Amino acid sequence: MRNLTAAALLLIATLVSAASMEPSPGAALDARLKKLETELRCLVCQNQTLADSNADLADDLRREVRELAISGKSDDEIKAYLVARYGDFVLYNPPVKPTTWLLWFGPFVLAIGGVGLWWLILRRRAKMAAADTTAAQARGRKLLEDDASGA
Amino acid sequence: MTPFRWSIPLAIFVVLVAFLWIGLGRDPREVPSPLIGKPAPAFRLGKLHAPNETLAPSDLKGKVWLLNVWASWCVSCRVEHPLLVQLAKANIVPVYGLDYKDDPQAGRDWLAKNGDPYTASIVDRDGRVGIDYGVYGVPETFLIDKSGTIRYKQIGPITPEALQEKILPLVRELQQ
Repeated sequence: MRNLTAAALLLIATLVSAASMEPSPGAALDARLKKLETELRCLVCQNQTLADSNADLADDLRREVRELAISGKSDDEIKAYLVARYGDFVLYNPPVKPTTWLLWFGPFVLAIGGVGLWWLILRRRAKMAAADTTAAQARGRKLLEDDASGA
Repeated sequence: MTPFRWSIPLAIFVVLVAFLWIGLGRDPREVPSPLIGKPAPAFRLGKLHAPNETLAPSDLKGKVWLLNVWASWCVSCRVEHPLLVQLAKANIVPVYGLDYKDDPQAGRDWLAKNGDPYTASIVDRDGRVGIDYGVYGVPETFLIDKSGTIRYKQIGPITPEALQEKILPLVRELQQ
C-alpha cells in the first residue's frame, strides 16, 4: 500500500513537471504581448516602456492590452485603442504626420545642411589657397626676373 | 562678407535659445489629451455613498459638469481639495467625483475628514473607466458640456489660476 502511494505520488510529480515543461498555449501570446509592450510608453514614468514599468497604471494597461489581445484585436487595433485615450505619446515610435515631420526629418535636414556648409567652406578655402599659390608664384617669378635682369 | 561671417552662428544661437526657452516653460508630464472635443466615454458605476444607485454620463445630459478624478491615497488631491470644497459651496457647477482605484470605505472616510464637494462620487475600483478617460496622474478634472462633450482637461491639481482663468470662464460660456 505504501509502495503504491509512493508510486502514485511519483507518477503525479512526473506528470506535473512534464506538463510545466511543455510550451504552454499562451507562450505565443506572451511573446506577442512582450513585443507590443516594448512599443508602448508608460505614462507615469515617461521614459519607460510598458514592459519595463512597475507603475500601477502600467499594470492596468498591461492587463488591458492582454485582454484586448485575447479578445482577438490586432496589434494595430490595440495601439489605436490606447492612442484614442492617451494620444500619440503612448507610442514609443511616434507616427509620421505633419506635426511630427520636424521630428522625423529634422535630423536629416540638419545633416544635409551641415554637409552642404562644409562643402562650401572647403571650396572657398581651396579657392583662397589657389589664389595664394598663384600670387606667391607670381611674386617668386617677379623676384627671379628682377634677379635675372639685375645680374 | 564680414557681417555674413558671424550672422550664421548668431542665427543658430538665437534659434537654439528660443527652442530651449520654450522647452523650459513646458511641463513634460502634461500630455495633451486626445479626448478634448470628443464625447465623454460612457460608463455606469455605483455611487460611493449609495452603492445600489448608479450614475452614467448620459444621466447628466443638458448639464455642464465637472468630473474630478480623485482617491484617498492620492497625495496631490489634498492640494486641490479645499478649492473644490469652495467651488461646491459657490454652487456654480456641479462636481462629480470618480474615486479611482480606491477602497470605497477609505474613500468615504477621506471625504468625511476633508469635506465632500461632490454632488456624487462614483467608484472605479479597478481603474477601467480611468483608462477610458486617459487618466494617468490623479487628480485629473474634466469639464463636460451639455451635449456630453469633453471641453477641457486639467491634469494634476486644479490651481486657483486655472480655475479663475480657464475653467470658470469656460463653464459660464457653456452654461449659456
